[in-house]
Amino acid sequence: MSTSEGYSAKDEVGQVRTRRTWLQRTWIELKKAPPTAWMGMIVISVYLLVALFAPIIAPYGEAEITPIPYAPWGGDHFFGTDQIGRDILSRLIFGARNTIGIALATTFLAFLIGGGFALMAAISRGWVDQVLSRFVDILMAIPSLIFALMLLSIFGSNVISLICIIAVLDSTRVFRLTRAVAMNVVVMEYVEAAKLRGEGLGWIMRREILPNIMPPLVAEFGLRFCFVFLTIAALSFLGVGIQPPTADWGSMVRENASLIQFAQFDLKAGITPLLPAAAIAILTIAVNFVVDWFLMKTSGLRDEH
Amino acid sequence: MHPVIRTVLQRLALGLMTLFFVSIVIFSGVEMLPGDFTQAVLGQAATEETVAAFRRELGLDQPSYVRYIDWIGGVLRGDFGTSFSGRAASGIDRSRDVVDLIGPRLWNTMFLASMTAIVAVPLALFLGITAALYRNSIYDRVVNATTLATISTPEFFVAYILILFLAALNPVFPSLANVSPDTVLSERIYRSALPSMTLALVIIAHMMRMTRAAIINLLASPYIEMARLKGLSSSRVILFHALPNAWAPIVNVIAFNLAYLVVGVVVVEVVFVYPGVGQLMVDAVTTRDIPVVQACALIFAATYIVLNLSADIISIVTNPRLLHPR
Repeated sequence: MSTSEGYSAKDEVGQVRTRRTWLQRTWIELKKAPPTAWMGMIVISVYLLVALFAPIIAPYGEAEITPIPYAPWGGDHFFGTDQIGRDILSRLIFGARNTIGIALATTFLAFLIGGGFALMAAISRGWVDQVLSRFVDILMAIPSLIFALMLLSIFGSNVISLICIIAVLDSTRVFRLTRAVAMNVVVMEYVEAAKLRGEGLGWIMRREILPNIMPPLVAEFGLRFCFVFLTIAALSFLGVGIQPPTADWGSMVRENASLIQFAQFDLKAGITPLLPAAAIAILTIAVNFVVDWFLMKTSGLRDEH
Repeated sequence: MHPVIRTVLQRLALGLMTLFFVSIVIFSGVEMLPGDFTQAVLGQAATEETVAAFRRELGLDQPSYVRYIDWIGGVLRGDFGTSFSGRAASGIDRSRDVVDLIGPRLWNTMFLASMTAIVAVPLALFLGITAALYRNSIYDRVVNATTLATISTPEFFVAYILILFLAALNPVFPSLANVSPDTVLSERIYRSALPSMTLALVIIAHMMRMTRAAIINLLASPYIEMARLKGLSSSRVILFHALPNAWAPIVNVIAFNLAYLVVGVVVVEVVFVYPGVGQLMVDAVTTRDIPVVQACALIFAATYIVLNLSADIISIVTNPRLLHPR
């Protein structure tokens, strides 16, 4: 029937839809992504690679002290050294590992807490929902940076309490969003059917509701990550977040800030404190680009029109 | 009762409730402290009598609700207790009242915030409204891209870039904003120029994007199109049709960003060593001076709540649907 040469519309329509593998489908979607999203994804992968292979890439150790403090750029130290002679480039590389790792852990924890309670509130409704929602309202009435500062003064500044505090504070935002989207799903018949079937709370949460609210949650994960990342950077910059000698971008800005006064004499030295800050900014912008594209793709949400 | 008054009263009551619960949350901070914190404050060498006296002064021998009532009563009278710092193991007490620590600094912070707001709010509204009116033009795109970049960067990055260009490379403004109570106004403005500029850049970015989104939302609604189709002039459409409904989103945007200013001020004050409440709070957190931290947190939280509350009330009062109920 079909001719080997030329295009045949009938032929194309007659073809059974080829079943594509997951990889092929992803690739087709990726090809349609705008350049900003591509840029964002490339930047994120570079950051992740650097974070994973930090000990191999970095020329010096994380807290290795070399003889010359405040060494200029070039020579043995590509970006110079800091106030006690630690190599800035190596600390930037290890900083990727610590800063991104801690922010990721915090975001996961926030989603676990916030998402879990939100689904519980959405499914059981009634007084459980009321109590949880009012509690979240109260927590959200205090600006999160201020709240975090207060809690850190009580529990002390260490990585574990930092992760827990930020995760709990951020889970309130996750709770709000998850509860709102889950509310639309819990009224569906299939959830009712699952309840009548006698499925437990955990099953309904995982198998009935979660798959249907995934896209907004994934987008929120990206945005939350940015927010957590900036909060932790700000806290470390203030000196109450990640403590030295752990390399971290926020505290690196603080430690090298005084170098900025010498910008008139040596521009490169003046830029040094801006490097970790720029590293933070570039990653956040990249994540934002990818999230924008993802949101547009999954929800058809566009700027206007 | 008129529906507007009823809704306003409901919001006020809700706001007071929130404030009450927030004060409880902030107060319970002390409850969560590890038991031996008196030793941490007074030092290892503190004698048992000193520790006991300190515990009695804090009222740790009383149940927590009694202490809460004491504390909140003091706060309402303007007494936030005494600072932990300046206490010695020997029992000599050189600590200062928290109010004395906060008072002058609160004024400084207010000055910085209002100076920023006076510049930033009109500018942001202007940028947002024009960007919405000429949307998808080159102007709109440039403004949008710049603000997205500003939002995604930490405040201290913006601050240090400004220092690099306006203080280190071209010494136009001082990079240290060390104002004191006897600084004259013009000098004070000059010294706070860079911190204020940093804050302004950050909140203009937020405010402009939110205003733009709100206006675009509004202009897309059918009744605006109807007014246009009736042949009304565009100034009449904007002033008499769009604006009454636009007040609520615009006021919300302003309040949200002024509230954001409360948080942003902390980082910026530390960068520029500006003697404000934010810096005091960070110092107090580092030294774990709990009464000072509590007082600062309460002030910040109260400002935040009051700003959000007033935004709600203004948007209720200006809402045409509530003003002219069917």
